[in-house]
Amino acid sequence: MGLARAAAIILSKELRAEFRTRELLNTTVVFVLMVIVLFSFTFDPTSAESRRFGPGLLWLAFLFAGSLMLQPSFTREQANDTLAALRLAPIPPVAILFGKILANFIFLLFAELLLLPVFAVFYGLHILPVLGPLLLVFALGTLGVTTAGTVFSAISSQARMRELLLPLLLLPALTPVLIASAESTVGLLGDEPALPQVWTFLLVASDIVFLTATWLIGEYLLEE
Amino acid sequence: MNSRGTWAGTLAVAALIGVAGYAALFLAPAEKTMGLIQRIFYFHVPSAWTGFVAFFISFAASIAYLLRRQPKWDWLAVAGAEVGVAFFTCVLVTGPIWAKPVWGIWWTWDARLTSTFVLWILYVSYLILRTLVADPERRAVTSAVFGIFAFLDVPLVYFSIWWWRTQHPQPVIGRGGFLDARMYAVLFVCWVALLGVMALLIHHRYRLEALRHEVDEMSIEADRRA
Repeated sequence: MGLARAAAIILSKELRAEFRTRELLNTTVVFVLMVIVLFSFTFDPTSAESRRFGPGLLWLAFLFAGSLMLQPSFTREQANDTLAALRLAPIPPVAILFGKILANFIFLLFAELLLLPVFAVFYGLHILPVLGPLLLVFALGTLGVTTAGTVFSAISSQARMRELLLPLLLLPALTPVLIASAESTVGLLGDEPALPQVWTFLLVASDIVFLTATWLIGEYLLEE
Repeated sequence: MNSRGTWAGTLAVAALIGVAGYAALFLAPAEKTMGLIQRIFYFHVPSAWTGFVAFFISFAASIAYLLRRQPKWDWLAVAGAEVGVAFFTCVLVTGPIWAKPVWGIWWTWDARLTSTFVLWILYVSYLILRTLVADPERRAVTSAVFGIFAFLDVPLVYFSIWWWRTQHPQPVIGRGGFLDARMYAVLFVCWVALLGVMALLIHHRYRLEALRHEVDEMSIEADRRA
């Protein structure tokens, strides 16, 4: 079976499993909301300040949420040793990773899109005029977060203290994605909306680097 | 390397460090505005270069491990990463010592400082990962994959922080001048000396890892017999 088709099957399995319970989505959305509220408690920003710092905070919240929600991606398979079953399937092993990356990408992006209007209301941002480029930034940034996150979740699921380990591995590695996404969002939501090309370029470059590395060496993580 | 070779290497590195120290303190001309404190530069900058070399060794060894599956590549990977972290720790400590009298502050979120700090954290998390995976082979594989991701991430980290910083007001840094030819020569000597220290440390760290591996094998063997 080809890589794309196998990954699509894994993806549909992940989506089915998630939409039966919606555990990941619910917790992620509430977590990000809570961070946004806590931010206004701790910093009490004026409306100009929240426009300046809001996008960075939002991406920080997404990053933390991602580092928590990506954990179950592999630990969920351990309860019934279903990863062993997936490994036995006659598909390229890396398809398991790509299927999971796609599924996590959809989960996190979906949560972000639910939160975006709420965030716009809380911080008085005008998102409609720049919706197209904003969605592009969200998609590129989220792809970077979930690609590295899913691979590192496969790593941390084989270690002790995995809940603590995943953020530790993921957050420094995602510095470029965080900076590029936050700066792009600031640029788009500022007084003169513009998508800074250098950051789009960096997001695309990060995604390509992470995806290529996953494709080349990801399957080693799935060995017995 | 046999023990006589190790001794010879140690003596050679010790002599080199002596020469480098003498050159940095007495042969290099005094910097006009910064004075004596500038001489820390001869160990600060080569430490960073040497740290990069050590991380590159770790990266190459990680690739070799995934391809060949011989434990020795894993030993080299951890040795390179750990020695690299040690050198970058020196960079992060000597930097503020220099910055306080020259800039008047210990630390600033300047592009180079920030990216060096992120790089240091990235490799510290690599070392922490290694302590948390019990099975030696799983540890080798997972840390090799993470090590490769981390190294590939380094240019992204540097570019992103560079662009992020150049958009903001730059702190006043006395860069962009040119160095006296003698300064370059001393800098180079210091780098060679630190590369020697690095090779020696990696050699010992590698041997330590090999011995640990041997002990593990013996305890597994003992368990089987019991």
